[in-house]
Amino acid sequence: MSVLIYLDQSDNHIKKSAYEVLTYGSKLAAQLGTSAEALVLGTVADDLASLGKYGVAKVHQVNNENLNHVDAQLYAKIISEAVAQVSASVIVFSQSPTGKSVAARVAARLKAGLVAGAASLPDTSNGFVVRKTVFSGKAFANVSINTPIKVISLNANSISAVAGEGAATVEQMNIAVDASKIKITAVNKITGEIPLSEADIVVSGGRGLKGPENWGVLLDLAKVLGAGTACSRPVGDAHWRPHHEHVGQTGIQVAPNLYIALGISGAIQHLAGVNRSKIMVVINKDPEAPFFKAADYGIVGDLFEIVPQMTAEIKKLKGIA
Amino acid sequence: MKILVCISKTPDTTSKIAFTNGNTKFDEAGVTWIINPYDEWYSLVRAIEIKEKDPSTVIHLVTVGASDCEPIIRKALALGGDEAFRINADSSDSFYIAAQIAELAKQNNYDLIFTGKEAIDYNSSAIGGMIAELVDMPYISLATQFDLNANTASVTREIEGGEEVAEINLPLVVSCQKGMAEQRIPNMRGIMAARTKPLKVVEPAAIEALTSIINFELPPAKAGCKMVAADNVPELIRLLHEEAKAF
Repeated sequence: MSVLIYLDQSDNHIKKSAYEVLTYGSKLAAQLGTSAEALVLGTVADDLASLGKYGVAKVHQVNNENLNHVDAQLYAKIISEAVAQVSASVIVFSQSPTGKSVAARVAARLKAGLVAGAASLPDTSNGFVVRKTVFSGKAFANVSINTPIKVISLNANSISAVAGEGAATVEQMNIAVDASKIKITAVNKITGEIPLSEADIVVSGGRGLKGPENWGVLLDLAKVLGAGTACSRPVGDAHWRPHHEHVGQTGIQVAPNLYIALGISGAIQHLAGVNRSKIMVVINKDPEAPFFKAADYGIVGDLFEIVPQMTAEIKKLKGIA
Repeated sequence: MKILVCISKTPDTTSKIAFTNGNTKFDEAGVTWIINPYDEWYSLVRAIEIKEKDPSTVIHLVTVGASDCEPIIRKALALGGDEAFRINADSSDSFYIAAQIAELAKQNNYDLIFTGKEAIDYNSSAIGGMIAELVDMPYISLATQFDLNANTASVTREIEGGEEVAEINLPLVVSCQKGMAEQRIPNMRGIMAARTKPLKVVEPAAIEALTSIINFELPPAKAGCKMVAADNVPELIRLLHEEAKAF
């Protein structure tokens, strides 16, 4: 019996989402009266022992550079083997690109019930019931997992990472790694920007910005906030901004602490991609924009006047010249 | 080339989300049903494009659902599928659905199985990976571009903080998202042809669901939007900093 927490890594570093799943998995292990252990696949430069701060006693690693790129087929085999070796009864993933690729395969391989997109810790008072987001964040479902082994994939920003004291034992796992059937021919990391999936703050622009040449005001605000930048679907479709910035029902779903919408009316399809944000701020010249109904703070006015003032105020607050 | 495209019936993106029967059942009153957009716009249309390039390609469609799924299956056939299967069962459990589709896939030797990256109702992003495991094929998730060169696929997929291009031999399962293809509208010829295309109803295999939905909840109502005057931007920043503690 243990909770096994799979940690996402990329470019030899543990991802931010890993600290959230570590916290989640450790709390769950405490709730179940069992131990929390973590699993890392591939080569990682970080100090794995320090992950003990997040409540795990052991960090297992399969230190093989063939695992630095995700091959879901290979990963599922290795993770399932690790589950058997540590007798895990719950496996926790992040609902990240890696988690979306791998968690379902592991669940199917182990005939384990899966809740993907979990939003809170399971209720174990009567069975094992996990709350997950459904209908693109417009509702939650409480889902009972009815199998001895359970797989949970946790939504980003559902829990805050909590670091305490302690060091974990790092153990190399003895698991054979087959050759991957996938050959990676190119990797294009988004550099110089904060990946949307990891951004605590997102500043997003819509048609109200009137054209790609006007994005400077938005980028300035994003810069002082250390925010990721996003856009609405019409903006992506018009190629004002790159496609990977499109958030909404059919684009990327984000759940930052703060989402600032500039010149976005807030169509239901857009809200479906952002409604898990903790705080939403809307700047729009149209007082009837539906986004105001969903927002926490709003200003009705000309964003080209308001946004530079916001940037200046935040600079003052942060002591930036 | 034989392609299986998995489609799911979902409420239209503008549907009001509500529940009945003590919050145990989705309220279908007044709901318009559509093909899950990721299944339609990206995976089905990409499969059709492959067939347009190589007319010997056969596209099968599959959905797991009751007879009320048939209008969306006919629409998918009108867009360009050749033959459809409806597995006559209703379930919210990803494993149950994936295992039913895997049973069909095992009988038909597909070169490619396409799914959407997720369905917009349960948002699990799980079906593709589960099918791949159950039929023991490689799986490329979150694909934004897909090209074929004989038996080798070149697929661009979303990864942590970016994208990568993977080369891989068929057979293969791919989950598709924005970038794969552009939305199409069925034409009259397609709609007419779809009426006579085969839609086979298959009884489900004996498979046990591994999860069950106890009930649904709606998120607590927002307290309402706090409006700040346009000439008082410092107040907005003060609220965000001191009250919301957003930065």
